Amino acid sequence: MEHILEVKDLQTSFLTSSGEVKAVRGVSFFVNKGESVGIVGESGSGKSVTSLSVMQLLVGTGKIIGGSVKLNGRELVGLSPKEMRSIRGKEVAMIFQDPMTSLNPLIPVGEQVGEMLWSHDKSLSKAQREERVIDLFRMVRIPEPETRLKSFPHEFSGGMRQRVMIAMALACKPDLLIADEPTTALDVSIQDQILKLMRSIQKEMGMSIMFITHDLGVVAELCSRVLVMYGGLIMEEANIYDVFENPLHPYTMGLIASIPDINQDKSKKLQPIIGSPPDMVHPPEGCPFAPRCPYACRICLHQLPPVFSAGEGHKSRCWLLAGDAPSSGNPLKGRKGAKE
Amino acid sequence: MARYLVKRVLIMILTLFMIALLTFCLMHVVPGSPFTSQKQVSQAVLDALNAKYNLDDPLWKQFVDYMIGVLHFDFGPSYKYTGKTVNDFIEGGMPYSGTLGLITLVFVLLMSIPMGIVAALRNGKWQDMLLMFLATLGVTIPSFVIATGLLYIFSFKLGWTPVYGVDSWKGYILPMIAMGGYSISFLARLMRSSLLEVMGQDYIRTARAKGISEVRIIWKHALRNALIPVITVLGPTIANLLTGSFVIEKIFAIPGLGGYFVNSVTQRDYTTIMGMTIFYATVLIAMIFIVDIFYCLIDPRIKYE
Repeated sequence: MEHILEVKDLQTSFLTSSGEVKAVRGVSFFVNKGESVGIVGESGSGKSVTSLSVMQLLVGTGKIIGGSVKLNGRELVGLSPKEMRSIRGKEVAMIFQDPMTSLNPLIPVGEQVGEMLWSHDKSLSKAQREERVIDLFRMVRIPEPETRLKSFPHEFSGGMRQRVMIAMALACKPDLLIADEPTTALDVSIQDQILKLMRSIQKEMGMSIMFITHDLGVVAELCSRVLVMYGGLIMEEANIYDVFENPLHPYTMGLIASIPDINQDKSKKLQPIIGSPPDMVHPPEGCPFAPRCPYACRICLHQLPPVFSAGEGHKSRCWLLAGDAPSSGNPLKGRKGAKE
Repeated sequence: MARYLVKRVLIMILTLFMIALLTFCLMHVVPGSPFTSQKQVSQAVLDALNAKYNLDDPLWKQFVDYMIGVLHFDFGPSYKYTGKTVNDFIEGGMPYSGTLGLITLVFVLLMSIPMGIVAALRNGKWQDMLLMFLATLGVTIPSFVIATGLLYIFSFKLGWTPVYGVDSWKGYILPMIAMGGYSISFLARLMRSSLLEVMGQDYIRTARAKGISEVRIIWKHALRNALIPVITVLGPTIANLLTGSFVIEKIFAIPGLGGYFVNSVTQRDYTTIMGMTIFYATVLIAMIFIVDIFYCLIDPRIKYE
């Protein structure tokens, strides 16, 4: 399989007055051609920062401290801003969380999408660009594209604006599309429409998608492989079936246990993961999840677990998978991929 | 839009009427009259003067008569300067105040907006610190101190500019700087904070994600958005500049409107007070109206119904 995106040991920090916030602390993953990979995790887990690092769109004091990001085999870390600009939008494009604020309120939407085309192909005439924009609007199913072109963002609903954002991102036929919680700000029925649209466009264009979300249901609908992030690290990596059927990391188990079941007794309380995420200025020296983990051992608090491999493409950063992990009380006892 | 314009003009006329009425009432509440002076004037003379200017009429009649005059663009005779009308004052002073105001306005815009942009784009760096330090000075130091300082250095010591009057274009330079100092500082600060806020918006990140250059992002996406709050305060600023500053005109001996305005109040020159107030209010209201129309052109979200 051809890796479109290959990230190795990526570290990104924000330098603040209270110290260095280590938002991403050594993340490695890849995205294959035509594949959609989900990155899940709660707020502050580093999933958005990971995607912004790939795009090099970190603002303020955010900086890639180390590691490598390869897109189509080309190293992006260390490229000049000008070289990076020629890649942004053309080879990798991004759609953002809030379609209400992601479009410039003073510029007609057609022009905003056309600017993406203009940015990477100056030879197109204005009429050609307009024609392409109409095609793109058709592709994302915006009705009456010829007239809607001239509309301003405030004349669109949230779902329609997100379609405009998708049209913009796809304008230059990127190899990789990064979607940072594209449905979070939309209501459920519109969410479903947008996800279906993304799936059909992916099929049509054959691009790769990196889908960032905190919603496992969305992941199940769109992705074939999942990375679970916590505390700036990837805790578990698995295909979509294993994540739900055979989660090997207590954090993943907690996430799945906290999904409400529509058939369950309504008097039953939801099962949250007790506690809150770690302080990333002083990340814990051991496993970042250990303070909230019901299965934490002594070693978990002192030593960061390495990544254990548990079968094909299934990895977990948890001491429970170590060869000498205690078997009593081990939730992984007898599970596929766990050590006997 | 047409309906809105008609409504707006009607409201403007009503506002002007209210301003005139209020000024008229306040003016007559204040003790004293145009003919009060240190020299003892006999009651017979006072009565004759009052009769000549119809000041012995009931107040409501005076007001109605005056307003009828205003409708014919006749602001009445000055009670203090014999043989002069308030129209003479406005026609005589406006060219000076207006010229100085226009020059200052251009100067203010050319200085403040680039200053604000540079400060915002170099946020936290020495350029920002320096510009904001200057802006703080500009806001806090009174214009007459700046004016006196400028006069001392450039006119008295260096002899580059005339000490008083506006016979040559050089005469406008120092008043322009002294009068514009405050507005430059104020607008530069506003521009800076507004641009900083816009640069943190999601749509700027979207623009960056397209791979377009930083210059284009600022020019095409940030500036227009950042200018909206600046345009808001521009209306009153323009009105202030155009109608002249009493202090600046006094220091540089410019025969503008500002002087008449202040003198008329101390002298109870009723018609001049009314005329100047109505004139100033008209300019101010017109500027605010123009700004509102400008909004419509720059921001498609604003629609006047």
